[in-house]
Amino acid sequence: MTQAEYELVVGLEVHCQLKTRSKMFSPVSAEFCEDPNVHVDPVVLGHPGSLPVPNEKAIEYVARLGLATGCSIRPVSHFARKHYFYPDLPKGYQISQFEDPICYEGRIEIPASKDEPEFVVRITRIHLEEDAGKSIHDGSDTSTLLDYNRAGVPLAELVTEPDIRTPHQAFVFLKYMRQLVRYLGVSDGNMQEGSLRCDANISIRPKGSTALGVKTEIKNMNSFRHVEAALGYEFERQIDALRNGTEIIQETLLWDVDRQITRSMRSKEDSHDYRYFRDPDLPPLVLNPEWLERIKVSLPELPTTKATRFVEQLGLSDYDADVLTEERETAEYFERVLAALDRDNSLDQVSTKNAANLVMSDVRRIANEHSLEIESFPIDPEQLAGLVVLRVASEVSSSAAQRIIEIMLDSNMSAHEIAVQQNLLSVTSEDLLIPLVRQVIDDNPKQVEQYLSGKETLIGYFIGNVMRMFDGSPDPQVVRGLLQEELERRATN
Amino acid sequence: MMNRTFETDREKVLDGVLSVESILEYFLQRIASENGRINAFIDVDTGAREAARRVDVSLAEGTDLPLAGMIVGVKDVLAREGKPLSCASNMLAGFTSVFTATAVERLEAQGAVVIGRTNCDEFAMGSSNENSIHGPARNPHDTDRVCGGSSGGSAAAVAAGLCHVALGSDTGGSVRQPAAFCGTIGLKPTYGRISRSGLVAFASSLDCVGPIANTVGDVAAAMQFMAGHDPKDATSSVNEVPNYRGGLPDPGTLRVGIPNEYFADDLPTSILRAVEQSKGRLKEAGVEFDEVSLPNTPLGVSTYYILACAEASSNLARYDGVRYGSRSSVSQTDEANGIADFYARNRTAGFGEEVKRRLMLGTYVLSAGYYDKYYARAQAARRLIKNDFDKVFESVDVLLTPVTPTTAYPIGTRKDRVLETYQEDIFTVTANLAGIPAISVPIGTDDEGLPVGVQLLSHHFNERSLLALAGELLSESNKR
Repeated sequence: MTQAEYELVVGLEVHCQLKTRSKMFSPVSAEFCEDPNVHVDPVVLGHPGSLPVPNEKAIEYVARLGLATGCSIRPVSHFARKHYFYPDLPKGYQISQFEDPICYEGRIEIPASKDEPEFVVRITRIHLEEDAGKSIHDGSDTSTLLDYNRAGVPLAELVTEPDIRTPHQAFVFLKYMRQLVRYLGVSDGNMQEGSLRCDANISIRPKGSTALGVKTEIKNMNSFRHVEAALGYEFERQIDALRNGTEIIQETLLWDVDRQITRSMRSKEDSHDYRYFRDPDLPPLVLNPEWLERIKVSLPELPTTKATRFVEQLGLSDYDADVLTEERETAEYFERVLAALDRDNSLDQVSTKNAANLVMSDVRRIANEHSLEIESFPIDPEQLAGLVVLRVASEVSSSAAQRIIEIMLDSNMSAHEIAVQQNLLSVTSEDLLIPLVRQVIDDNPKQVEQYLSGKETLIGYFIGNVMRMFDGSPDPQVVRGLLQEELERRATN
Repeated sequence: MMNRTFETDREKVLDGVLSVESILEYFLQRIASENGRINAFIDVDTGAREAARRVDVSLAEGTDLPLAGMIVGVKDVLAREGKPLSCASNMLAGFTSVFTATAVERLEAQGAVVIGRTNCDEFAMGSSNENSIHGPARNPHDTDRVCGGSSGGSAAAVAAGLCHVALGSDTGGSVRQPAAFCGTIGLKPTYGRISRSGLVAFASSLDCVGPIANTVGDVAAAMQFMAGHDPKDATSSVNEVPNYRGGLPDPGTLRVGIPNEYFADDLPTSILRAVEQSKGRLKEAGVEFDEVSLPNTPLGVSTYYILACAEASSNLARYDGVRYGSRSSVSQTDEANGIADFYARNRTAGFGEEVKRRLMLGTYVLSAGYYDKYYARAQAARRLIKNDFDKVFESVDVLLTPVTPTTAYPIGTRKDRVLETYQEDIFTVTANLAGIPAISVPIGTDDEGLPVGVQLLSHHFNERSLLALAGELLSESNKR
């Protein structure tokens, strides 16, 4: 009941590791590496005399993210140094951006889903910075292990306005962020692996109030579910505090996943003076308008736009559209299948629906079973389109279609070639069936007589016999029609 | 005794009269006999003989090596792969670099041989070379006196004839002031003209690598190959490198300004005399003179110390004893009380007094609540100083000023006169703040026989006019 009287006010800080080959300011690999301290060089380790040189790809990626979230892009921005001492921060400062981030004032509209109405989150800023290394506290009281593989990996930090009102909205927003960064190809967006990280600023206020309450910051939430749970817990905790007359203090909290509570990490009094100033090693970051225009043009269709189009133009259901657009690779594979159907003059609402079903169920399931990524799925969309055509014409059954897909994984043959070779065609051709129908009728004069004298249930007997004689899977309805026709002819003779 | 010059030795190397190895041997002997007296070199490079032989072999194979025969001393703030790099600090005692500074690499690629590391003030902070764990370098003209700093060892080495050329770094005068104290030529190029990659940062927006030598030709030869864009330094200029070794402007076509702010009433007569003498020589060569004004000059020293210390406090934050460098013996025991104490102990033990003073000052001016009062205002003052130069260079090509308000002073006399010593950087810091090139040229001696220098400054990337006028000042006909 208490939650009904109060409103939750949440702003998120999302850190997104950019999927560049090299690090933010040095040519060494930015990829994950199991062995510690392999992807390091003098720049990453802050050796005397080393200098940072910006990675243009990372700048492009953050611009992509900004453009895709409706941000304004600054033609000139600066890198700044943020100072604090910590062993996993090699230079004693992090190169970041301060007063003029590359992207600012954006807006993300999250469309309605089955359990959350549409909502809007405004983006305050997105800036570029470098990641720190990892301190590994291995249980020893006297030592800490340090791994600098992650140090210097480019990060985009996205800060939202305090527009999120429920823990579930935070969950939905982060899911959207993950989908977006994957669509844009700028990040893996994986929270468990740390390529997407989230801190939350949270306060509460009586419903109807517009003033902001004292906020706390929650860190250490390693999954979307953690974020939702931590916000839910903190919402309740702050309400209890207000009701009990306890002061809510501005502090940084850690989410303790084992105990499912937030714990104090440090109060505002211990907050750092980061002594930001423009990094004199790096000239102003000037974005050429033509370069920016090229990036704008190269942006892929965004997931929500794509889903809407699938519903409106292709006539797919909301559910199908959501499933197909969840991953950009699946959606694009589906679209390539449609393109192949179009080239074959076979594209219509029925074939579209058929293609959607094949991609959503069979292709995704088979890809899963064989641990294949859709982006490198071995079946050519052209091949799959051939199968769609067979399905639409009822020339193969759905179980036969599954077998054909399995075979296609290792074969370049067309769906039709495979169906013929494997005898998977539903036989509809009367040419093949009529001799069998005649033979069954000839072989069973007694049953024919009974049938013709009114025992019409015997038709099932004839159908069964024809089906058994045929080495394959003829359509029973077709067999029934042929039998009825032949029996009628005999009766009139 | 006349010091050997690279220009002359180069001819002999090309004629096959001299081997690079024999030139190196000559300088190694000079170091062996003289360095004990002046402490200019802190070590001799163990690989130098091998490097010299390799150059001789390459020459014999017909390789064109324009710097073959050049023997170079390198200030101990420039990194070289596999070689110690201490910055004259306990903090980096025992540290070995894993890469080579671009400036050094480029000289070596053209056949120059590095003979050893030269002494300096700790992390290039100081103007007397007294702030060094290696002890002070001494002035070859009077070993009881300082050689200047922070590139004191480099200037002393060149003045004493221990190498042809020495590399220094100039953040607020650290090449020009010791060059003047020791009677050599020191060039601070335009900011960004020579890559800073491998130069240990003191104040990144002001730091420049610069050559010190006994002749304009030797300065130009080193400049020619060190200058130019470097992908490893985002602040290095992409401007084309002009010819520094020839085709310099005719002095008669140049107009020189005398900025009145650089001539306080209390300047010693020896300094004023050097400027007058220089003016006379240049006038004879047809140079026209104007009186000009750089009204914001008095802001220079405070602006410089705020900005340089602010950047230094950031640049030196990396020296924490975590990944490399010295750890205090206490920080590794149970007595160390947590991570903050670990840092404090390592840094307290590793840095010397002057470095600590500047780090504290720099941290203060960047702190919340003081940033606007100090750092932001200093940035604004820097723009004013730069604007002064931009404006004056609309009417003149070059400025002629003193380099220093004094000549070399006795070692140990400035310990408690920190602010006074800072003030003496007044003539040199402005070039760094504006990013313009400036050269220190030796002009005679004072009454005690100590060298006196004058400074020439010009607009961005106009090193050629500086070399032309320096050449005129030092031409044979002017040596009397």
